[in-house]
Amino acid sequence: MIKLTVNGHEHELETEPDTPLLYVLRDELALSGAKFGCGLGQCGACTVMLDGKAVFSCLTPLLLAAGKNVTTVEGLGTLEAPGPLQRAFIEEQAAQCGYCIAGMMMRAQALLVKNSSPTDAEIRAAMEPNLCRCGTHMRILRAIKRAAALIKTADAGAAGRARP
Amino acid sequence: MMNSVILSRRRVLAGAGALVVSFGAAHAIGQEGNTAQDMQSGARVSPPAPLPGSLKDAPLLDSWIRIDGDGGITVFTGKVELGQGIKTSLLQVAAEQLSVPLQALKLQTADTALTPNEGFTAGSHSMQDSGTAIMHAAAQSRIILVGEAGRRLGLPPDQLEAKDGFVQAPDGRKLSYGELVSEQILHVRAQPSSPLKHPNSFSVMNTPVRRADIPAMVTGAPAYVQDMRPPGMVHARVVRPPSYEAQLVSVDSEAVENAPGVLKVVRDGNFLAVIAVSEYQAVKAMRLLAAAARWDEKSALPRLSDLPNAILSLPSQDSEILRQGQPESSSGGRKLEAKYTKPYHSHGSIGPSCAIAEASGDQVTVWTHTQGVFPDRDAIAGMLHLPKENVRCIHAEGSGCYGHNGADDAAGDAALIARAYPNVPVRVQWMREQEHAWEPYGPAMVTHLAASLGDDGSIRDWQHEVWSNTHSMRPGGAGALLAAQHMADRVPAPPPKPLPLPEGGGDRNAIPLYKFPNARVVHHFLPAMPLRVSALRALGAYMNVFSIESFMDELAEAVGTDSVEFRLKHLEDQRARDTVAKAAEKFNWSAFQKRAGRGRGFGFARYKNLAAYCAIAAEVEVDRDSGRAKLVRAVAAVDSGQIVNPDGLVNQVEGAILQSTSWTLYESVSFDDTRITSIDWATYPIMRFAQVPESIEVHLINRPGQPFLGAGETAQGPAAGAVANAVAHAIGKRIRDLPLSGERIRQASM
Ligand code: FES
Ligand code: FES
Repeated sequence: MIKLTVNGHEHELETEPDTPLLYVLRDELALSGAKFGCGLGQCGACTVMLDGKAVFSCLTPLLLAAGKNVTTVEGLGTLEAPGPLQRAFIEEQAAQCGYCIAGMMMRAQALLVKNSSPTDAEIRAAMEPNLCRCGTHMRILRAIKRAAALIKTADAGAAGRARP
Repeated sequence: MMNSVILSRRRVLAGAGALVVSFGAAHAIGQEGNTAQDMQSGARVSPPAPLPGSLKDAPLLDSWIRIDGDGGITVFTGKVELGQGIKTSLLQVAAEQLSVPLQALKLQTADTALTPNEGFTAGSHSMQDSGTAIMHAAAQSRIILVGEAGRRLGLPPDQLEAKDGFVQAPDGRKLSYGELVSEQILHVRAQPSSPLKHPNSFSVMNTPVRRADIPAMVTGAPAYVQDMRPPGMVHARVVRPPSYEAQLVSVDSEAVENAPGVLKVVRDGNFLAVIAVSEYQAVKAMRLLAAAARWDEKSALPRLSDLPNAILSLPSQDSEILRQGQPESSSGGRKLEAKYTKPYHSHGSIGPSCAIAEASGDQVTVWTHTQGVFPDRDAIAGMLHLPKENVRCIHAEGSGCYGHNGADDAAGDAALIARAYPNVPVRVQWMREQEHAWEPYGPAMVTHLAASLGDDGSIRDWQHEVWSNTHSMRPGGAGALLAAQHMADRVPAPPPKPLPLPEGGGDRNAIPLYKFPNARVVHHFLPAMPLRVSALRALGAYMNVFSIESFMDELAEAVGTDSVEFRLKHLEDQRARDTVAKAAEKFNWSAFQKRAGRGRGFGFARYKNLAAYCAIAAEVEVDRDSGRAKLVRAVAAVDSGQIVNPDGLVNQVEGAILQSTSWTLYESVSFDDTRITSIDWATYPIMRFAQVPESIEVHLINRPGQPFLGAGETAQGPAAGAVANAVAHAIGKRIRDLPLSGERIRQASM
């Protein structure tokens, strides 16, 4: 039995411990955001956050994720109430086929958690592990910038409201 | 099926004629061949003209537009979403011409049981074929509904207005489309021209409507065939041969059959697969099975280091596709010639191909991300020796494919495996190395260009020869599918054919849009295919435009004329001139300051000489030590006729520029004498964020009321030309072999 927390929900799994996290998320927990792209750590389509850090879920055996917090793109918001990063990608129309996008977003989220106002160069460097074949890069970069700004105004707004 | 409906319902056609009489003030757009004059004069007195777009093949209005009694409206297309945003653009066209809000519409994309057969979603044809058909069907449906409202209200149609899904009378009475519709009312044959709305009144077309599918992509809602999980589904993986000609000698599958979760090992000739309960069990079993299989391989591949000569030595079928004036007449003057080469390119979809199939009795249903559900259905039916009606192919989206990748093959794999394990859905996804090694590549090509220059510095004589395989081995016949080629009852690949002009295959865009007094273009079609090849975005246009645009710069330099000026000197087509001028102006071409290690370049083409116009100016930077080049910025101008969704168009062109830049600077399929060796992203590197430019600008030239000109592939060639010319400008040397790799640039600059 392996315990895993995904997007705040605890799961107890009987799955064989060598199973890559990607298959557990997609096939057992029905979270289809993370995608299989290469299974080799070369493309980033499977990127999720493990205790706040971006990892290739295709290379992370379930055993290594045991007891940790996993965040997938489903954890960033919903269709009805998209989170700031999701809103930014929608507003920038940052997708063509979209297959790479969930992985892009999770790598971006891990960056924004660590660094709330990254420079262009920092964004590009952070995104290097992830591939996009449709050539949506310019929009992805803009969406990450926009997300950083959205998060800041949301924080400012929340702080403003909190003041007596 | 469609045809029998047409025949049995003739009477309806006759009856409906009265409803379509008021098409006089036709505002005909979106139809190839209509001109601005047609539009200004308003009325089009047309002899029985061919029906616009895909209405030619599916002429009944309700093949495209269906309105239910409750007012629900469904738009049907035989095309599919490939990430090009077509689901949104097609609905924009329908909403505009039907006068309904966009949100009121549902779209049904390709399904052999439900939609018109529009062949393949390829060649930048979606808007030209399907968009045009839907636009006319929607406009004609609107007029029929207005006519019906007039009949019921006792008012002439010209006093009524269609708006937001209602037909309204001046006295305030109104009837909804749902009330007006009856079973047969849209079951009528389309007319050749339609009362299209005036472009000035557009409220949905030519607006940057957001794509409807992006919210699902960014929240993880199931959006792809890869995400489908029908109840009872099992997982399969294929073990592909290690090389094209390999024969399976033996396989001891006992250990695999006893591995955890394994349900069945399928062997049929050289076709080998395993089915398991869970996906990762299938992956592990596949590895075991691969290790247990013994293959006999043949060394049959050409020498990669000598690829251009290997291509040139293949037997060819030659055809002169252009002869103008007196080419090759020794006109004196200065002569230049050059040979350009291109390697094989991978489609390189980020998600490997996937399909789900379920067989029960002698029926098979396949969910596939193919570009052509009907041809794929025919191929699968042929492979399984089933009547076509017994196979249903339903399109479900996949990762971007950019042409004929492994999608159809995966569908064939799933169907074959499902027949061996019936009554449950079987999901097959390829592994990364399978997609890279087995997808049909964009063919390697060679071109030879020669020209002589007149005393006035213009081109007097132009010669272009191109050597290429076919650019389409798409299904239709079963032999197009890997599974059919590998099974014991083997169906060989069909003999390759060149694709006919004007669109062409290897010779696509080999005929230049530039005007020369004397010119000759020859297509050397090469039937023998050492590597598996098929359609990759833009087909031969990528290489031909790269060659033409490189050579134009070489000639401009020879006569000391600015590249843009030199192009304009040889261009008569006004829209082409406008496009070139726009890109040059927005790039600030004439004010460009050359810096060390940097260069600027220009590229232009009209895709297929009949689709969208595209001009690109690019700036590159070359790293002194590694020689590696990087695009710094690109400025494009595009004229694709009447614009439907400006942001969608910009998105497509931006993507095309980046993809073509990646092909041009970084990519080539590699192989030894037996096996493909570029089998993942480490051995087949593509553009990463470090190589992404600082900016890309796309400037659109809208042509209100003009036909839609396909734009999804228009930038591939011009981007290659612009980047190559910029590299030559940066290093002062011309490299004619693709890719313009760091290694080649370093050697050239030494
Ligand atoms: S799928 Fe994990 S890095 Fe490619
Ligand atoms: S949007 Fe298609 S791979 Fe990135």
